[in-house]
Amino acid sequence: MMKSKVDFAIIGGGIIGLYTAYELVKRGVENIAVYEKKYLGSGSTFRCGTGIRQQFGDEANITMMKHAVEKWSTLGEEIGFPELKMSKTGYLFLLYDEKEVEQYRKNVALQNSHGVPSKIISAEEAREIVPSLDISEVIAAAWNPTDGKADPFVAVHGLATTLKNMGVEINEYTEVKEISVKDGAVEGVKTSKGNVKSDIVLNAANAWAKILNEKLGINIPIEPYKHQGIATEPIKKGEIKPMVVSFKHGGAYLTQESNGGVIGGIALKYGPTWDITPTYEFMREVSRNFSMIIPALKHVSIIRQWGGYYAETPDHNAAIGKIEEIEGYYLAAGFSGHGFMLAPSVAEGMADLITKGASNLPLSFYDPYRFQRGELREQAIQMG
Amino acid sequence: MSDDPRERIIICRCNDVTQKEIEDLIDQGITDIEMIKRITRIGMGPCQGRTCIPLVAGIIARKTGKKVEEINIPATRIPVRPVPMGVLVGDDDEE
Repeated sequence: MMKSKVDFAIIGGGIIGLYTAYELVKRGVENIAVYEKKYLGSGSTFRCGTGIRQQFGDEANITMMKHAVEKWSTLGEEIGFPELKMSKTGYLFLLYDEKEVEQYRKNVALQNSHGVPSKIISAEEAREIVPSLDISEVIAAAWNPTDGKADPFVAVHGLATTLKNMGVEINEYTEVKEISVKDGAVEGVKTSKGNVKSDIVLNAANAWAKILNEKLGINIPIEPYKHQGIATEPIKKGEIKPMVVSFKHGGAYLTQESNGGVIGGIALKYGPTWDITPTYEFMREVSRNFSMIIPALKHVSIIRQWGGYYAETPDHNAAIGKIEEIEGYYLAAGFSGHGFMLAPSVAEGMADLITKGASNLPLSFYDPYRFQRGELREQAIQMG
Repeated sequence: MSDDPRERIIICRCNDVTQKEIEDLIDQGITDIEMIKRITRIGMGPCQGRTCIPLVAGIIARKTGKKVEEINIPATRIPVRPVPMGVLVGDDDEE
């Protein structure tokens, strides 16, 4: 039986909601409930490209991601789920013209100043990392060996199992229809399985966050865009260890999963839309671009293609923080394709913000009110 | 090799998943086929779940008392069968 009163309601059973619940429990918060309208991870987490990188072009994202990598590296051990491991296989950005190289030199200098060991390497060095690359037009690459990837399925399963053991109520197939507010303060949530009272509500619904906000008269621009991914049959393991990125090839990113299959995508997107049906155009374009980056992929078969949402904001950075108009209401959504990688830092930041009123992490960068003030951030480096 | 015959019964031939692995998850309370799929990778191989999904649905039904019709089968992904990238690009013909 679902509780009718909790102390903390989290809307969204993706990585952001679950990880935040975990950080709250660690801080002694009790009586937490998570509401997920389908199955855990079904929104964006299970559809993501699995990448975790610190190679961003701005201070806030670099700081958040450096911290997130530290947390991703230890989470599995911490929760007694050793199969949850970040693979530090690196991110390799292929660069094809001087202008790109100059931009990445600046990014690398900024990353280095925050302790991220990225560097510019030659095309030949890039090929030593991924021998099957076509480097005939590559003039350099940006490489960071401490970036990597993790399995979103294992991460969600591990966190959910831990949370249940810690007494967190996880409600799947339970849709929050509305957040109830009384006298300017959160009163609870109305779900498809009944009403729940709670003085604190976190909206971690990512693509759907805006629907709940708008019912409260809050306008924070988060729009659902259809992005897609593909997976291939397994090939020899270790052929494509890092995440390989090429903006010249349609914003392509690709890497090998632990089972040997190649997964990835390109930046071809559709929307705003709620339709995530895979498109033939995407399958063809992904094949064209991938086989230019690694020609041998021509002989590798695609076995799966899927769609998912990037919950995009105008500057491709999330909207994270307290909602000033309504006491007890918090938002962490609009991750624009970076929610999985950022989750550990976002969760820690949110939990500190809620329990202590402040966080040491640069959460103000993601201030949900920056849009209405017209203070857009520099667009976060985004592919896929 | 263990004596448990369920360890020798392969439910998913693409990703080498045994009956025991599926039943262990259900015993842990993981009864949603969507979650079983993602934890074990049943249905995510080249056959697109043609062999394993009905078998897994049957196991869930047997162990939880649900009817097979009540179990929502996960989405079938395109392509219907594996297609080489070169064929999609138009450079290669399929044999």
